[in-house]
Amino acid sequence: MIPAAFDYEVAESADHAIALLAQHGDDAKLLAGGHSLIPMMRYRLATPSVLVDVGRLDDLRYIRTGNGTVSIGALTRHSELEHSAEMAEACPMLASVAALVGDPAVRHRGTLGGTLAHSDPASDLPAAVLALGGTIVAQGPGGSREIAATDFFTGYFESVLAADEMITEVRVPAGGGGWNYQKFNRRAQDWAIVGVAVAGGGAGVSLVNMGSTPIRASGVEAAVAGGASAAEAAAVAADGLEPPDDLNADAEYRSHLARVLTERALNAAGVA
Amino acid sequence: MTITEDAPAAHVGSRRLRKEDPALLTGEARFIDDLALPGAIWVGVVRSTEAHANIVGIDGSAALEIDGVNEVLSGADLAPLWGEGALPCAWPVTPDMKNPTHLPVATTTAKYVGDAVAVVLADSRYAAADGAAAVVVDYEPLPAVVEIEDAVADGAPLVHPDLESNECYTWGLWGDNAAAVDAAFAEAAHVVSERYLQQRLIPAPMEPRGCAAVPSPAGGELTLYSATQIPHILKVMTAVVLGIPENKLRVVAPSVGGGFGCKLNVYAEEILCSALAMQRGAPVRWTEGRSEGALSTIQGRGQVQHIELAADADGKVQAVRVKLLADMGAYLQLVTPGVPLLGGFLYHGCYDIPNYMFECTSVFTNRTPTDAYRGAGRPEATYAVERAMDSLAVSVGVSPEEIRARNFIGADAFPYESAAGLVFDSGDYQAVLDKAVALAGLSERRADQASRVAAGSSKRLGIGFSSYVEMCGLAPSRVLASLDYGAGGWEAATVRISPTCKVQVVTGSTPHGQGHETCWSMIVADQLGVDPDDVEVLHSDTAVSPTGLDTYGSRSLAVGGTAVYMATEKVIDKARAIAAHQLEASEEDLEFSGGTFRVRGTPEAEVPLAGIAFAAFTAHDLPDGMEPNLEAHVTYDPPNFTFPNGTHIAVVEVDTDTGNVDLVDYVAVDDCGVQINPLVVEGQVHGGILQGAAQALYEDAVYNSDGQLVSTNLADYLVPSAAEAPRFRLDSHATPSPTNPMGVKGVGEAGTIAAAPAVINAVVDALRDLGVTDVDMPASPQTVWKAIADAQGGAS
Repeated sequence: MIPAAFDYEVAESADHAIALLAQHGDDAKLLAGGHSLIPMMRYRLATPSVLVDVGRLDDLRYIRTGNGTVSIGALTRHSELEHSAEMAEACPMLASVAALVGDPAVRHRGTLGGTLAHSDPASDLPAAVLALGGTIVAQGPGGSREIAATDFFTGYFESVLAADEMITEVRVPAGGGGWNYQKFNRRAQDWAIVGVAVAGGGAGVSLVNMGSTPIRASGVEAAVAGGASAAEAAAVAADGLEPPDDLNADAEYRSHLARVLTERALNAAGVA
Repeated sequence: MTITEDAPAAHVGSRRLRKEDPALLTGEARFIDDLALPGAIWVGVVRSTEAHANIVGIDGSAALEIDGVNEVLSGADLAPLWGEGALPCAWPVTPDMKNPTHLPVATTTAKYVGDAVAVVLADSRYAAADGAAAVVVDYEPLPAVVEIEDAVADGAPLVHPDLESNECYTWGLWGDNAAAVDAAFAEAAHVVSERYLQQRLIPAPMEPRGCAAVPSPAGGELTLYSATQIPHILKVMTAVVLGIPENKLRVVAPSVGGGFGCKLNVYAEEILCSALAMQRGAPVRWTEGRSEGALSTIQGRGQVQHIELAADADGKVQAVRVKLLADMGAYLQLVTPGVPLLGGFLYHGCYDIPNYMFECTSVFTNRTPTDAYRGAGRPEATYAVERAMDSLAVSVGVSPEEIRARNFIGADAFPYESAAGLVFDSGDYQAVLDKAVALAGLSERRADQASRVAAGSSKRLGIGFSSYVEMCGLAPSRVLASLDYGAGGWEAATVRISPTCKVQVVTGSTPHGQGHETCWSMIVADQLGVDPDDVEVLHSDTAVSPTGLDTYGSRSLAVGGTAVYMATEKVIDKARAIAAHQLEASEEDLEFSGGTFRVRGTPEAEVPLAGIAFAAFTAHDLPDGMEPNLEAHVTYDPPNFTFPNGTHIAVVEVDTDTGNVDLVDYVAVDDCGVQINPLVVEGQVHGGILQGAAQALYEDAVYNSDGQLVSTNLADYLVPSAAEAPRFRLDSHATPSPTNPMGVKGVGEAGTIAAAPAVINAVVDALRDLGVTDVDMPASPQTVWKAIADAQGGAS
């Protein structure tokens, strides 16, 4: 529970953070809310030699709506998503999912950009952004680029982000039909054993903790689009997946949960 | 001045806020890791990554490259520090019990994952951690025994190859009753035979362990600070193990953040730091990490239980027969072998069962040692008998409350001598159950349950009972002697009144979260007629409280509190003699209430305690031959245990689609005797219930087949939080214990003892119509879902 030694730099701006990342190379990690990274460092599962603290970049804490899009600064805390009236109006799903992350302490420190960059397949918000068809804006030495959430996640704790890039903004469509998020866990503070996010009345469906990344349940989406009932669509939720085995659930039980929770989420989202 | 009525007991029985809490809540309390010790040597412990292996070599070269790491010492390097001294086991339960030598740091063979194999000495905790991680140990793996039943299988690898088997001891309670037990089974109309598993639990108090040994080289003294429940016992044991004269040794427990039994021990790190401090002439300290503690601090439970009940046609139980396999782990810690015995007297529960047979075989495994964990043997016993009683109810065709009613020890049967040889003090078990049934709204719950079944709902309701009795107030010293326990069970207290009439209580009990300061103050304040805030309670430091046997086994109030009460009575007796002298009256004519002595029938003749306190201090005019000052010391050895009891009812909703169990209601009616402070009692019951429910639903120290502990952090080891707590609905039904003058029984373990069987009985009750008859603990969603699937004939 004692992290390995590391150096610490405070970024004054996004440009400064990216310059520091370029300067320190692969050994540097961005520190935002720290509620995923620091526990991993305490267990020595992560041993970055330099932490670049972007937690004070308050100009990246915002929620803006316009043109049918909600734009969220990367350093926006989960608790800000949870309690934002603007978010409740424009994208209540994201506000609702944010309220289910960890415990109040985690939600007051954790950031939307941080949880996406961390790319934990068991996290709630990445799957929600995926189901919503969100876009992730990343800035690097050469400028900014937009990455579709569907293209973002590549593996366990891995994404297409380069070592010298940082997420600056996340965009999700405003409004857009029935939604629901089913989170199944044993203690309120825990990661989902399995989670299911449904957005757009079943147009976007994603799964939490059913593989190495947040997974877009395209088979379920296609079934819904083809007029299948919630039960019929949910029946294919785990098809072709290789969910993990752990102390809470083996692969068979996880697949079962994915089907049960998908049906519940589709029903709650208005799919008959 | 007018005569007042005798003042009622003003404080005892009131919900007084705890005087401990301001310091705890503001961060002012000082725990072991808060101690500032300039120049201290920090210890990092290198722990075995193998369940069983020969230690072939230890390479500290990489560690020594790290800035701040000064030495790497193997077990062999350290062995001269303790010579023949080994970690103590104070409870040799049988003459032939096997107690393998348990060195603080292993020299040749590691016996479990977490076994200390080397030590790093460093300038800081950080350097110690880096150094310990950098030491390279060359292991030659040996076959490991992980599961309890594997340990007694033919051809099992031996944890200790110099012993003939993995059996530590076999202990039984049957006397000449075995034939009667067999006869009862032969004649029984109903026989229940069940096998239950008690998974291992990790105690996980909020504050992990830690210790710091501070020498005074000039005089050869040593002060050992430790996050311990037992500074007094630790002092004696450290003196014995290391040969430090007791008069040179002081042990201090600073603020201690919980223990639940896991700090009722003498640990390797305490001996190691003490020995190194004496050798180096410098402070030596160690603070445990959370994951380190999962391996290096004792674990609880770890039993395979076989219980059989023989009942007549009416369901009246005639005999109980229990065979237990108990997991000691790789070595015996302080009271490891005695834990199953503490349950061994209580497998008949709160029922009048004439024939009793209990046998426990305890075994070594290549796992962390087990020892006392909240309830210590009694939760296990209660679980087995309460689960089996529900099975019997099904067999007989009556309700759980009816099978209990038919078997309870009657309210008129006390003092009741049990078939296991205990004498129960007081109780009215049926009245307690009736109260719980009413509070739970049982008939409405049952109607709801039935309508859900009729509707084919996937949200089943289950109602689970647990009626328990426990033995607390450990313990009469002569009884402990008959059980071969290595110490007595008394407790000591000193009460002093200062010249300004403030009260100093010195207690041998050692609080670590319970609220002793508040409760002792309330008791003494009522006796003396002073304000509780005028009472200070000193404890947990052998220089301040030299005599004591500490806090465990729900003993503090019934034994330590009684000692305080009795010492205060002695002070009052002395004050009475002084008052009689001052008032020129006979002691028999004096009455004492509200802090004032008065001559009966002569109301103007009175003297307040404050005046007597000052007179005792100046000693100008005391009765002939009387010593100055108001002070008394009592060592109280209880004549019997106390027997708290109760009935708990858990209501669960089981989602049959996912296996999820939701604890929707929890009713507890407890008889802990007279309550000093109901607020403190409720806190104990709340925490106890959640800790018991945690065993039922959440917590499991999971080992893989290689003997690796898999659940080493609080993400994988599921200690429930307040968010998982049920709605607690509590009531009480006090039958004062006749064993002690205050009529108290103790409440520290009651909730934990009662809760696990209540919750699991509720889960099984919810699923019985689906064919489920048993669910292992913890009843995780996956476990429950698979139990349903199995009962329905295969996975869906």
